[in-house]
Amino acid sequence: MTQLAISIEKLGKRYTLGRQRAKGDGIRHAVEGAIRSPIEWIRRRMDASAKMEEFWALRDLSAEIRHGEVVGVLGRNGAGKSTLLKLLSRITVPTEGRIRLRGRVASLLEVGTGFHQELTGRENIFLNGAILGMSRAEIIRKFDEIVAFSEIENFIDTPVKRYSSGMYVRLAFAVAAHLEPEILIVDEVLAVGDSAFQKKCLGKMGSFAQSGRTILFVSHNIDAIRSLCLRGIWLRDGSMVKDGDIANVVEEYSKSMFSEEVPSWSNPAYGVTLNRIVLKNERGEITNHFSPGEDLKVEITFQTTKRVHRPRFAIGIVGMNGSCFTSNMLLDGRYPEWLDGEGTLSCTFKAVPLLPQSYTVKMAVRDENIKDFIFPYRDVTSFNVSGDLAEYGYKGEFVTWASRSTAVVIPYEWHLPNGDRVAVSLNRAKRDDLIKEDVLHSGT
Amino acid sequence: MTELVIEAGHTEREYWRDLWRYRELFYFLAWRDLLVRYKQTIVGVGWSIIRPVLTMGVLTFVFGKLGKMPSGGIPYPLLVLCGMLPWQFLSTAISESGNSLVMNSALISKVYFPRVVIAASSVITSFVDFIIAIAFLVVLMLWYHFTPSINLLAFPFFVLLVFGASLGMGLWIAALMVEYRDFRFIVPFIVQFGLYLSPVGFQTSVVPAKYRLLFSFNPMVGIIDGFRWSLLAGKIHIYWPSVVISSIETVLLIISGIWYFRKTEQFFADVI
Repeated sequence: MTQLAISIEKLGKRYTLGRQRAKGDGIRHAVEGAIRSPIEWIRRRMDASAKMEEFWALRDLSAEIRHGEVVGVLGRNGAGKSTLLKLLSRITVPTEGRIRLRGRVASLLEVGTGFHQELTGRENIFLNGAILGMSRAEIIRKFDEIVAFSEIENFIDTPVKRYSSGMYVRLAFAVAAHLEPEILIVDEVLAVGDSAFQKKCLGKMGSFAQSGRTILFVSHNIDAIRSLCLRGIWLRDGSMVKDGDIANVVEEYSKSMFSEEVPSWSNPAYGVTLNRIVLKNERGEITNHFSPGEDLKVEITFQTTKRVHRPRFAIGIVGMNGSCFTSNMLLDGRYPEWLDGEGTLSCTFKAVPLLPQSYTVKMAVRDENIKDFIFPYRDVTSFNVSGDLAEYGYKGEFVTWASRSTAVVIPYEWHLPNGDRVAVSLNRAKRDDLIKEDVLHSGT
Repeated sequence: MTELVIEAGHTEREYWRDLWRYRELFYFLAWRDLLVRYKQTIVGVGWSIIRPVLTMGVLTFVFGKLGKMPSGGIPYPLLVLCGMLPWQFLSTAISESGNSLVMNSALISKVYFPRVVIAASSVITSFVDFIIAIAFLVVLMLWYHFTPSINLLAFPFFVLLVFGASLGMGLWIAALMVEYRDFRFIVPFIVQFGLYLSPVGFQTSVVPAKYRLLFSFNPMVGIIDGFRWSLLAGKIHIYWPSVVISSIETVLLIISGIWYFRKTEQFFADVI
C-alpha cells in the first residue's frame, strides 16, 4: 500500500450549467418585470438560480497508481479527462469521493501559465517558476539549465511578446521541465512546438519516468501516449471504460472511436434499407484504421422489399480541409440495373494517397430519375489514417503539421539543379521503384 | 512522504502550510504588477507621485480655498496629504485586488496555489505606491519646516490598521467579484463616495458633534484621524472612540474576509 502515489476513490465532480432562461427573458422584460413587481422579480430570480441544470463531468471513478507508473489517460472531448486533471492538481474540488496524493505534485495543464507578455524571458522564468511552485533559490540554481534547454539564450532579455510562438513554447516548457516533482500531471502540452522540440520534451518526460517518478499524461496524440506510457486509463462520459496495459487500451479505444455502428438507413418509399456500411482494408478486415497508401473498401450491405432500378451511388471522402475524392456513378456512368433482395455493393479506393488525419465518409444514392435522392448525402462512417511519415520519406521540419495540411498527396518528384531526383509517394511500392531509379541516376 | 488528501466538502488541512510554501509568490506577483504597470509609459514611476500631488492640489483648492475649512494652524496641503495617504492606499488596494482574481483567471483555471496570494499581492503593490507617497510627505514636511512630535511612534500602528482594512475589504471584493461582476460597477462608487464620506479633504472636527459617532462607523475616519494625529502632532484633536471603532472593524473585516474568501475559493475555477 505504501508505494501508492495516487489513489482515487469514488471520485465525482458535478458542474451546474447556466441558469435556465424563460422564453423572451430579454433585458427589457427583466427591467419591466423588476419595475412592475420587484418582490415577484426577486423571487423568480432566486427560483431560477435554484433550478440550474446539473451535469456530472466525472462520476464514481476509482483508480490506484503506484509510484513510478506512467499512465496515459485517453478519452474523447468531454469524457472527463480535464476534470480529472483539474481535481488532481487541486484547481477545483471534488463533489464526492477522495483523492490521496503521496509526494510533491506538479501539474502542467498549459504551457506558459502566468507568462506575462510585457516581461522578458528572464523575468518570466522567475515568475512562471514561482507560480508552478519553485522557490527562488531553486530557480536561480536551475536558471542556466532552463535557458539552455529552451535554446533562446540570445533573447533572454527580450520581452516575450516579441518571441515567435515556437520560442515562447520552448521557454515555457523548459521551466516546467525543471520542476522535479514526484508526481507529474501533464495535459496535452506537447501539441505545440516543432517536431524536434516535441521529441526533446517527450525525451525529457521519458527520462523523468525512468527516474522512478509518477506521470499522468493526457493527450490526443495516441502515438505519444503509446510510446511513453505503460498503462492506460480510458474515460467515457465521466467514468472509466478500461484500465490496463497501454497497448490493449489504445487498441480498444481507437477501435471504439471509429466503430460506432451506423444505424441502418431505410427509405420505405423505395423499399430499400442499407443495413451496414463498413470499411475494409486490403486484407479484407473490417477496420477504421488505415496506413497511407493502403486500399480502402467501402462495403454496403442492402436489403430491398421491391426491386430498385438503376440506383446511382456516390461516395465521398472528406478530410479536415474538405473533400478529398469521390466515386460517383453519375460521373462514371456505371450503375447496377437493379438492386433486389439482399446483397452487397462495394467501392474500393486504390492506394489511398491520404496523409495521417481523420476522415469521414459521405454517401448518397439517387434513383433512376437522377433528380430524386433515395438517400440524400450524409456522413456514414469515419476512419483514421495513421503512420510514421518518415517511413514514406517525409522528414521535413513541418512534418508534424502534416495532419493539418491538404490531405491528398499524389506521387511527385523533385528534380534538383544538380541533377538529383527526389521522389515522394505515399504508395510504398511505387516509391521504391522511383528510389531505385533515383539511385541509378545518381550513380551515373 | 507527505500525504495530501483531497476530499469533497473538506477544506484542506494543508492550507496554511501551502500559504507558507508559496510565500515567495506574494513577492513575485507584486513584483510583476509593479514591473508591468509602468512599461511603455514616459513618466514611469513618476505617476505614483503625480497622482497624489494633483489630487492634493485640487482638494486643497476646493476645501481649503473655496470651502474655507478650518485647518487648525496646519498648512492645508499637509493636512490633505495626511488624509490622502491612507485613503488612496485603501481605494487603489480595493480596486486592484477586487479585479485581481478576474484578471488572473487564466492562472486560476490552470494552476493551483492559495488564491489569497493573488488578492493579497495586489494590496502589496498598492502599498508600494503608499510608501512612495510617504516619501513625498516627508519632502512636504521639510518644505513647511514641520517637525513631528512623539506621536509619530503610533504611526506604524495606523499603517497596520489601514493595511488590514484594505486587505479585509480587498478579500471580500475579490471573492465577490468572481461570481458577481456587479462589483465591477460597485467598487468605483464606493471609491467615489468614500472620498467625501471620509475626512480626506477636511478635518473630522468640522463634523457636528451629534453626528460624530455615526460618522465614526466609517472605518477610514479613525484611520485618517490617526494618521493626522501621529504625523501632525498635538495640533490635531483626535476623537478616540473612532479609532477604537476602526480597529474593531478592521479586525472583523480581516477575519470575515478570510472566512468568505476561503469558503468560495475552492469554486473559483468553476465559476470564473
